[in-house]
Amino acid sequence: MAAATNGAPPPKISVRRLVKSFGAKCVLDGLDLDCAQGESLVIIGGSGTGKSVLLKCILGLLRPDSGSIRIAGEETAGLGRTARARLMMKFGMLFQGGALFDSLCVWENVAFGLIHARGMARQEARGIALAKLAAVGLGEEIAELYPAALSGGMQKRVALARAIAAEPEILFFDEPTTGLDPIMSGVINQLIERCVRDLGATAISITHDLVSARRIADRIAMLYQGRIVWHGPPAELDRSGNPVVDQFVNGRPEGPIRMEVRAL
Amino acid sequence: MLSFLATIGAATLSFLAATGRLAIFAGTAAASAVRPPHYGRALLRQMRDIGYFSLPVVGLTALFTGMVLALQSYTGFSRFSAEGAVATVVVLSMTRELGPVIGGLMVAGRVGAAMAAEIGTMRVTDQIDALETLSTDPMRYLVLPRLVAGIVSLPLLVLIADVIGVFGGFLVGTYKLGFNPYTYLRGTREHLETIDVVSGLIKAAVFGFIVTLMGCYHGYHSRGGAQGVGQATTHAVVSASILILVADYLLTAAFFS
Repeated sequence: MAAATNGAPPPKISVRRLVKSFGAKCVLDGLDLDCAQGESLVIIGGSGTGKSVLLKCILGLLRPDSGSIRIAGEETAGLGRTARARLMMKFGMLFQGGALFDSLCVWENVAFGLIHARGMARQEARGIALAKLAAVGLGEEIAELYPAALSGGMQKRVALARAIAAEPEILFFDEPTTGLDPIMSGVINQLIERCVRDLGATAISITHDLVSARRIADRIAMLYQGRIVWHGPPAELDRSGNPVVDQFVNGRPEGPIRMEVRAL
Repeated sequence: MLSFLATIGAATLSFLAATGRLAIFAGTAAASAVRPPHYGRALLRQMRDIGYFSLPVVGLTALFTGMVLALQSYTGFSRFSAEGAVATVVVLSMTRELGPVIGGLMVAGRVGAAMAAEIGTMRVTDQIDALETLSTDPMRYLVLPRLVAGIVSLPLLVLIADVIGVFGGFLVGTYKLGFNPYTYLRGTREHLETIDVVSGLIKAAVFGFIVTLMGCYHGYHSRGGAQGVGQATTHAVVSASILILVADYLLTAAFFS
């Protein structure tokens, strides 16, 4: 690879010519993407443009039709179950709906990966879980509650604590602020910023919340029609010179992006 | 004519495809049993849910099944003066056939449905994906404990159901039909052989496997929100009930012919 030959370390995550379709609908169409070690990349794009599909392909939850995905230089396509589980130890993922296990209480959710994947003793894992909950601003009093008893913002924070519990090298955030009020969104953004910085982790977030994107990104990439059509630092978002990005940032109904709605 | 053949062909293909998917699903779960880690806590919880919490339902149905068996066989057999066979008929029907089948069907309704709904909800709310991102194989953590719990708990449950059913027959026989308790119990034990009970317990283990496999399989593959989970639940109960009756015939044929 070009990056490897000139002596620089390979990018932490490198996606090449990724294709994924569902039936006749081609969602990812030869997508290329690099994310450097320690970088916080935010992918923006409209609803249904395949942002979640991209993350799920990188995580191996969806099998891409073709293309290559390398994590720290290692090809991940076609890994077996055991190798995949080992690779997953590097990852932390915050799901859009939180995806907390509703049959387990809050601290068991946070400690899940420590207990089940790393074989840590329950008492020790509980201590770490409480520390991680404190790191996202939640007290010990909710540790024994079940996720159903928590508000949306608290569930997101517990899910964030679960994602960072094992101190992963790579963090994925799927729409971290969707469905939260502006203040809670601000809190979550701040937590994400701090977690990524403290862990020194590489982070990919997907969102269509531009406030959140500008806040947490080192670099923003725009996904449109199955490819990355523009990427650059947040400061250049408003003068990208790309008509697709312009329309998205300004929220104009007219432009190259055609919403699938019929005119009245 | 061609479209008729095409319909038959499509139905056959989709049946074979579904059978293959099911076999792969069961095979993957079985393969995950040989390597650690194992989730003992999850297994105990499932055994409690499947076995212990099904006791009232299965016990009650077994009691009334035994009672009605005694009543029916008495009125039937009295037409050719064979009332003495009532106790034997009750115990053989119960252990060979009705204990396992009724137990299996009740558990399919109670446990299979709950299992499909729980795993289906976990699927549509990304909890199964979350398991994978936490390096936990959902087959090993969710499916395997349920399958093992089904195979182990159902025979135990059916053994208790057999005893309760026979007791139900005894109650009706002695209090309503006027049998001497001693004669009735002798009739119960005289013609009972080990194979009668053992075959019923093997059936129960197979039914336990069917119920939990259907619950897990349909839940695991459910799609599209609440409606999808509802469908998965229906499919789990219906397919488990049909498969129980089919397997019952095949096993009976294998044991006794």
